[in-house]
Amino acid sequence: MSDLHSSISWRRPVAEAAVLAALAALPLVSQDYLLLLTQVAVLALFTLSLELLVGQAGILSLGHAAFFGIGAYAAAFLALAGWEEPISGLLIAGGIAGLAGLAMAPLVLRASGLTQLMVTLCLGLMLHEAASRGRDWTGGDDGLSGFLNSPVLGLFEFDLFGVTGYLYALAVLGICFAAFTLMRAAPFGTALRGIRQNPVRMAALGTPVGARLAQAYALSAAMAGLAGALMAETTQSVALEALSFQRSAEVLIVLILGGVGSRYGALIGAAVYVLARDWLSALSPEYWLGWLGLLMMAVVLVAPRGIAGLLARVRLPRARAKTEDRA
Amino acid sequence: MSGLPIVLFDGTVYGMLLFLMSVGLSVTLGLMGVVNLAHGSFAAIGGFASVVLVHRLGMPFLLGVPLAALITAAIGGVLEAVLFRRLYRRGPLDQVLFTIGMVYVWIAVSTRIWGAGQQPADLPAFLQGQIALWPGAEVGAYRLFLLILGGVLAAGIFFGLERTRFGARVRAAQSDRDMAGGVGINVDRLFLLSFAIGAGLAGAGGALAIPVIGLDPSFPLKYLAFFLIVVSLGGPGTVTGSLVAALIVGIVDVAGKYYLPGAGGFLIYALVVAMLIWRPQGLVART
Repeated sequence: MSDLHSSISWRRPVAEAAVLAALAALPLVSQDYLLLLTQVAVLALFTLSLELLVGQAGILSLGHAAFFGIGAYAAAFLALAGWEEPISGLLIAGGIAGLAGLAMAPLVLRASGLTQLMVTLCLGLMLHEAASRGRDWTGGDDGLSGFLNSPVLGLFEFDLFGVTGYLYALAVLGICFAAFTLMRAAPFGTALRGIRQNPVRMAALGTPVGARLAQAYALSAAMAGLAGALMAETTQSVALEALSFQRSAEVLIVLILGGVGSRYGALIGAAVYVLARDWLSALSPEYWLGWLGLLMMAVVLVAPRGIAGLLARVRLPRARAKTEDRA
Repeated sequence: MSGLPIVLFDGTVYGMLLFLMSVGLSVTLGLMGVVNLAHGSFAAIGGFASVVLVHRLGMPFLLGVPLAALITAAIGGVLEAVLFRRLYRRGPLDQVLFTIGMVYVWIAVSTRIWGAGQQPADLPAFLQGQIALWPGAEVGAYRLFLLILGGVLAAGIFFGLERTRFGARVRAAQSDRDMAGGVGINVDRLFLLSFAIGAGLAGAGGALAIPVIGLDPSFPLKYLAFFLIVVSLGGPGTVTGSLVAALIVGIVDVAGKYYLPGAGGFLIYALVVAMLIWRPQGLVART
């Protein structure tokens, strides 16, 4: 019943704002890791969208890259067509991905368990095939590049060092994380977790189960689309890989690695994953994937609820001792 | 021979291979409830073992392939006892993370040993070339061999599950694991054996598939979607369902490549979505 205790106290938002401010001040100190950290922010946002789906609503997906890719291509199309303003481009791309999610929701929500996983997998693969064949539109295997967004807010130009891209991505992630936190605490989030635990009972309590799940699916798709668009705008390119099965599997791995159902799981998972990937691929360019695999296996054996779960387990005894003191 | 008959023939052969490589996954999913995304690795292990035995050591093909399957079964048994056993009581998400991790490790290990390229396929002389079924109807000798062998193996699997004491125990444990333990079935040993047999069949499939679809270290990831499609389309835990689904997937995929080469894999994925929406429990729902 941890849900009851997760009511937001004043201390958490302050601590989170402090971390965000520290990250935003980073370019003043060093510009070495900005591109890498931008990747972390994009992946964290993408993972957060999957957390909304898997961790909150209990909908399984092995094809979430579909929406990431739709957002990325939409942002690229907009910029190529001359709509170069980044913020509106981001929102439009997210909206398109959300609509796609709304359209696919009835198909995905009909199934459950393995079947649901397979429907999402095959829908994702269909989209990947379509983009791969539609060479005239998507550039096929070459992807899209050579577009440029105008300065953010008309002031900050996307620079070579990635300072603007980094701060822009950080801001989008911060806003989405705040929105996710509010949604999680709102009746909508509570209803989703109730549906995950017992859909029949929630229906009996008068919750429109189908509608809530469809809304969650569309919201998650929109957030994934934002992440894709963010990647397109900060890297000035989109590759076919954005829609691939590997990316769908990757985001699921990151979420489980970080911890499903935890607020920080997506953020921790994305940071650990990208940094571990960067470190391992420098250490052993050919076999880094194998080392990553070992890390994944170790997490399952050592930390069943992901890294966030492990941290909570370390912290929990202290918190418990404190409440006992008070009592 | 060309046109529809060759599409049906090649599709059936491809379907047989898919069946061999995924039937073990269907049984493990139905019996132990493990989403084993690393199952394709067993097909790859069998494939690499046969390459070593036949290509490097010069063993006869008809001896090397069964031996490769046995080696794979032994490795599968060891892995069940050491690793997979820990996953049975865990949630599907943990199983996904763990088994994908295993695939990554396996890809790195096999790349280190055999390199990233395609592996050679050695066929004995009598399996090369074309054979005339009747005048004007020539088919590849090896594909005909696969068709017959696949049929024999499928019949063996059915016989084993439906007519032997071991099969009855597997089916009992599938319907109720605890009850099966209660009436004196050694469930742990049963899991070990069925896992090893499933791995061995996948190993045989992987070894036999090299001349048809090739083999390289990324094989387990490349065909993962196909194995999952076969299992979910057929319904987890049903051998009949897996066979029917594998044949459908094989024939549709070959037909798509033959008649609509521009569509790529689109056709097969659309078919799977449509069929899963029509029958969410799979073609043959387990009772």
